[in-house]
Amino acid sequence: MLIRRPTDLTYSDVTPKSVYTQRREFLRAMGIAGVAAFAGAAAWRLGLPLDEVYATSKLDIATKSPFSTTEKETPYNDVTHYNNFYEFGTDKTDPAKNAQKFRTSPWAVSVEGEVKKPRKFSMDEILKIAPLEERIYRHRCVEAWSIVVPWIGFSFSELAKLVEPTPKAQFVAFESFFDPGQMPQAKYSGLDYPYVEGLRLDEAMNPLALVGVGMYGETLPNQDGAPVRMVVPWKYGYKSIKSIVKIRFVGKQPPTTWNRMAPQEYGFYSNVNPNVDHPRWSQAKERRLGEIFKRPTLMFNGYSDQVANLYNGMDLKKNY
Amino acid sequence: MHALLNSKWSKPVIFLLCLLPLAMLGWEALHGELTANPIEFITHATGDWTLRFLVITLCVTPFRKILHLPELIRFRRMLGLFAFFYACLHFTTYIWLDKFFDLSEMWKDIAKRKYITVGFTAFLLLIPLAVTSTAGWIRRLGGKRWQMLHRLIYFSAALGVIHYYWQVKSAVIRPLTYGAIVAVLLLWRLFASLSKKKQLRIDAATVRPLG
Repeated sequence: MLIRRPTDLTYSDVTPKSVYTQRREFLRAMGIAGVAAFAGAAAWRLGLPLDEVYATSKLDIATKSPFSTTEKETPYNDVTHYNNFYEFGTDKTDPAKNAQKFRTSPWAVSVEGEVKKPRKFSMDEILKIAPLEERIYRHRCVEAWSIVVPWIGFSFSELAKLVEPTPKAQFVAFESFFDPGQMPQAKYSGLDYPYVEGLRLDEAMNPLALVGVGMYGETLPNQDGAPVRMVVPWKYGYKSIKSIVKIRFVGKQPPTTWNRMAPQEYGFYSNVNPNVDHPRWSQAKERRLGEIFKRPTLMFNGYSDQVANLYNGMDLKKNY
Repeated sequence: MHALLNSKWSKPVIFLLCLLPLAMLGWEALHGELTANPIEFITHATGDWTLRFLVITLCVTPFRKILHLPELIRFRRMLGLFAFFYACLHFTTYIWLDKFFDLSEMWKDIAKRKYITVGFTAFLLLIPLAVTSTAGWIRRLGGKRWQMLHRLIYFSAALGVIHYYWQVKSAVIRPLTYGAIVAVLLLWRLFASLSKKKQLRIDAATVRPLG
């Protein structure tokens, strides 16, 4: 397969954590003066809540990926305090509060179904499947906000290689961890659990589809889907399933959580598409967290060069 | 209780209490607690408080009757105006911070998005109520007509709940809770008015001329 490279190739160095922490201090100081001037815009960037202590640890990154965008990264504090992880509550600030005691160790991911070598991977084994890359991806939520995140992980195809899918495998079904004891807020969210997602096999094998094990140079915080998640940057955020415990290669299109909940609103494909509105709101624009003005949403979230060929001849208005 | 409600301090105290949600937003803004998406946070907070004040306003009459506290009527206008105040903040957030005063965008949105259509209608319905909330307008319209007009709040509250319900993704518990409360408050009125009519008929039947 010919893999075309993105147009924005040059890798820009990740801002070290110490620098953006200082930036926050600066904003906090500046803000006090700014309030009077423009109580709206500048003021609310000040004095962000102090970073809580997460059980994250450093990850050694072997390579930096050519797939990375050069766009400015969203501050760590925003990516960890503005989350949709409905098992831990439906308010954006709920997961940061409610996921702190989530036990992510020991952890195992069972890979099964139409594969020659089904097996259970421990977390240590997952970290050794392939050299860890850093990939700075745009991430677009179906709710019309977006972030830029320096993920750490490896292409899903590396994992698939190890288990050797049979010719019968056409789709990949993913399942999240679910424990009502550790996730008491889940019952108020209106979704059925465990959370399930799915990709067509060729989508999953596209090198952009990432098995994510970390971000910002560290392991994943609980509220961002620790310890292992998918990152599928050309699809709406809910396709990037968190805290995976099971991966199943299957012959038929698997059920997916949001599609099951409201099929007319959330399709199986869920590719980012500014031309196909959600039935209740527009998808033409998005608000990048930290910005005031909305920016236009890009087809396939700006990853057309890499993924558009997966959908040749398909009516994307029907296959939303 | 009666003395407390009739005290000259009760109105200013309740006035200040009604401003607390706004003060809280200001405090959160100063302390950077409006989340990573402050525009969304402010929109949701002001919308929530509009619904809450609509519910509180609708509680006044049933509470007056059930708790035998006729003095509560003193606060009804203020509470209703606070519902309108938070609705104005909510609408301002939308037109300013979301649409940046792009009126053509706004009209397109209102026409195309059902939840915005109903939300905007709920807001429009409150405007005549706020305008005619003065004693002068009650006199000008006459009590009966004024009361008829002010029943628009029932529709505004119901549309407000639908506006909320139509934009949540899956967590419908909160809009449904508002819906249940508004339904109870409106049904109480229906039954109260039916039993009053029945009572009037009984009275009419028993008060036959004697001779």
